[in-house]
Amino acid sequence: MSDFKSNNKVVNWIEERLPVFSMMQHSAIEYPTPRNLNYWWNFGSLAAVMLIIMILTGLFLAMNYSSHTSLAFDSVERIMRDVNYGWLLRYLHANGASMFFILVYIHIFRGLYYGSYKAPREILWFIGIAIYLAMMATGFMGYVLPWGQMSFWGATVITNLFSAFPVVGDFIVTLLWGGFSVDNPTLNRFFALHFLLPFIIVGLVVLHVWALHTVKSNNPLGIDMKGPQDSIPFHPYYTIKDLFGIGLFLMFYLAFVFWAPNFFGEPDNYIPANPMVTPPHIVPEWYYLPFYAILRAFTFDLPLLPAKLQGVLAMFSAILILFALPWLDTSKVRSAKFRPLYRQFFWLFLANALVLGYVGGKPAEGFLVTLGQMCTAYYFAHFLIILPILGKIEKAKPLPASISQPVVKAAALIAMIMVGLAGFGGEAQANSGEGPALKKPATAFSWEGVFGQYDKAALKRGWQVFHDVCSNCHAMKLVAYRNLADIGFTADEIKAFAAEKEVPAEPNDEGVVVNRPARASDRIVAPFANDKAAQAANGGALPPDLSLMAKARVAGPYYVYSLMLGYEDAAPEGHPIPEGKFFNHYFPGNAISMPAPIMDDIVSYTDGTKATKEQVATDIVTFLNWAAEPELDARKSMGVKVMVFLGVLTALMFALKRQIWKDLH
Amino acid sequence: MADQAHNAQPSSVDGQTRRDFLLYATAGVGVIGTGLALWPFVHSMNPAADTLALSTTDVDISTIKPGQSVTVVWRGKPVFVRHRLPEEIATAEQAASADLRDPQKDADRIKKPEWLILVGVCTHLGCVPLGQKPADPRGEFGGWFCPCHGSHYDTSGRIRKGPAPKNLPVPPYQFTSDTTVRIG
Ligand code: FES
Repeated sequence: MSDFKSNNKVVNWIEERLPVFSMMQHSAIEYPTPRNLNYWWNFGSLAAVMLIIMILTGLFLAMNYSSHTSLAFDSVERIMRDVNYGWLLRYLHANGASMFFILVYIHIFRGLYYGSYKAPREILWFIGIAIYLAMMATGFMGYVLPWGQMSFWGATVITNLFSAFPVVGDFIVTLLWGGFSVDNPTLNRFFALHFLLPFIIVGLVVLHVWALHTVKSNNPLGIDMKGPQDSIPFHPYYTIKDLFGIGLFLMFYLAFVFWAPNFFGEPDNYIPANPMVTPPHIVPEWYYLPFYAILRAFTFDLPLLPAKLQGVLAMFSAILILFALPWLDTSKVRSAKFRPLYRQFFWLFLANALVLGYVGGKPAEGFLVTLGQMCTAYYFAHFLIILPILGKIEKAKPLPASISQPVVKAAALIAMIMVGLAGFGGEAQANSGEGPALKKPATAFSWEGVFGQYDKAALKRGWQVFHDVCSNCHAMKLVAYRNLADIGFTADEIKAFAAEKEVPAEPNDEGVVVNRPARASDRIVAPFANDKAAQAANGGALPPDLSLMAKARVAGPYYVYSLMLGYEDAAPEGHPIPEGKFFNHYFPGNAISMPAPIMDDIVSYTDGTKATKEQVATDIVTFLNWAAEPELDARKSMGVKVMVFLGVLTALMFALKRQIWKDLH
Repeated sequence: MADQAHNAQPSSVDGQTRRDFLLYATAGVGVIGTGLALWPFVHSMNPAADTLALSTTDVDISTIKPGQSVTVVWRGKPVFVRHRLPEEIATAEQAASADLRDPQKDADRIKKPEWLILVGVCTHLGCVPLGQKPADPRGEFGGWFCPCHGSHYDTSGRIRKGPAPKNLPVPPYQFTSDTTVRIG
């Protein structure tokens, strides 16, 4: 180790006092790595990169976030709307969480396939599980912070898990909450812990790498390196290979950030938390779904072991059982390559886990309950029955004498699995599509597609509809008058719009609050002073705020479009509608309090466009989508530039990697 | 490791050039990309759009009597609005520029002689100078006195004595009517 010598005096001076250079030389440059690692071995370094991105984006988000229940939701929206590049930071962070789990799941399954948990790598494996557990806790608490409906109800459900434990259960739950329900103290402590845990993960990662460098990397053949001919130095071979992998991964990750930033999210989380109303279908984030399915699989009470406790114990056991894996798997052969039977069971186990995830994302009804129970049984059987027996009866194929050349071309399979997992993640989140198929406008909305941008004229017309019609009942409190500059209004026009309304001024010198005309910097003034007044004026039903409407419903823009045009003058036969309600095909339950808001010529457009009701619906939906996603134009055009850049960089890295590896093959 | 190190060496001179080119090109593009990627992070710490939008303050000056001052908040900072007396205006106009550390004519610091409007933040290290209230010390030049390290400002808000390097700055403002001023 102390063979490190440099010509640089300063380097030597530091080295003698703190051997950082020899350590880097030893562990990042010379580190002898099996020469036959395939692309599945990229995922460890990818996860490390993802961790760094999460910490960086998280740090800058924290600078703008307020962890108080009355401010949290709006502070996140302020990040999205007002903070410079705030939308980018938040979408990087939110999608980054899903990416982190995709990477780590692949990393774990790679370990399962190639037997990376077997001697002498048990401790390396344990630390990995600890990282995974810490990630789950971090991800869960992070999801609570935006304080939307899913945040709140997710927090309620997950913290209530602990109430299943006899005697201490309620004590633990109260301790987690700091009150009698999920509330401000809960949010505050979750924020503090969410900030802390990633740094604990960093510490665990250091241990993980330390353990790795002690026992050295496993490899696709699962046999030990027998001598120098089996290994190559980490640098430059694996540095460039990892960098190339990072380039590919970034393109995959950023495609979501720039074009489908809410793919993994739940529309309900764009509705502020309401402790009085639970959304009809609540699901955890996709990466917990298999465990959620295990939790729900237990429905029969046993003496001393109520179903609730069984489920909770099973869920925790499902993860903790991984700690026993090095001993449950009795085979001495590591790689599934040489274990014809285990290989089949590996894929079965993976499929089983995916089915569990699917079941976890659906309502617990009918056949799905049984399916979940069968899969749960199989999950445990895999570890407790199949693996111990396999090791005894399986006849492994002969192992090669030493590590040979083959570098398995895993790239295509990896791409498939990443896309598959991502699709699974998004699909598992999607609400089961109740209700009729939604209407679509004759021509697609202008902002759809890879390059689609808002149609400015439609936005202006949409504002006119909002201004003349919707705003008589609906608020839009996240949008300020000044924002209308984005859709092409001049400063004077904006001033005039603002001045139509009044807001309370600062108390004057006598302490009296008088009203002043609203200014461009004010938020759009709500039609009613408060929710109660709004309810009273609307027959008891509160017209929802429209700021995020296009994002807060499944398929938001189409839903609103359909709703606008989905009225029926009289309720159809067999669908009685209560007094004072109206029939709408697309509203859940069909009975809506809002009378049909638009009709032909309800506005006369200043630009002369004919105001058919389809036109009006298209325009208002365009405007509402802009109100919900004002960053969309900037996001997509940045996305195109970033992708072109990453394409070039990744191609260069690929060429360089080929050049470096050429002499090895 | 020594015996593998040669593996990393390209087999020909041609390969060497190609490899060097790729190495520098990749490193260059990578460094540029990283640099560009850092900008959103840095820029997120600049004032946000809502913060920038709150940058005007309206002041009703009809109630400020000659000789009086009021302090209003503009962009989170105190702004001094002083209704100057004729003699204060006269001393401000007569100051010889040789006596001034940061020479500026009084006429360049006002829009209407009786109204002096200044950002009330000492140009030394940011304290708020005294002199707004009748009982406050106003320093040797009858304007403002900064208690932190003893800077004296005159009736035009110019630095006359003490460690501060510059005059109290004049914020952008306009008279929107005879009785109101919009700062910002
Ligand atoms: S801050 Fe005013 S004199 Fe130093």
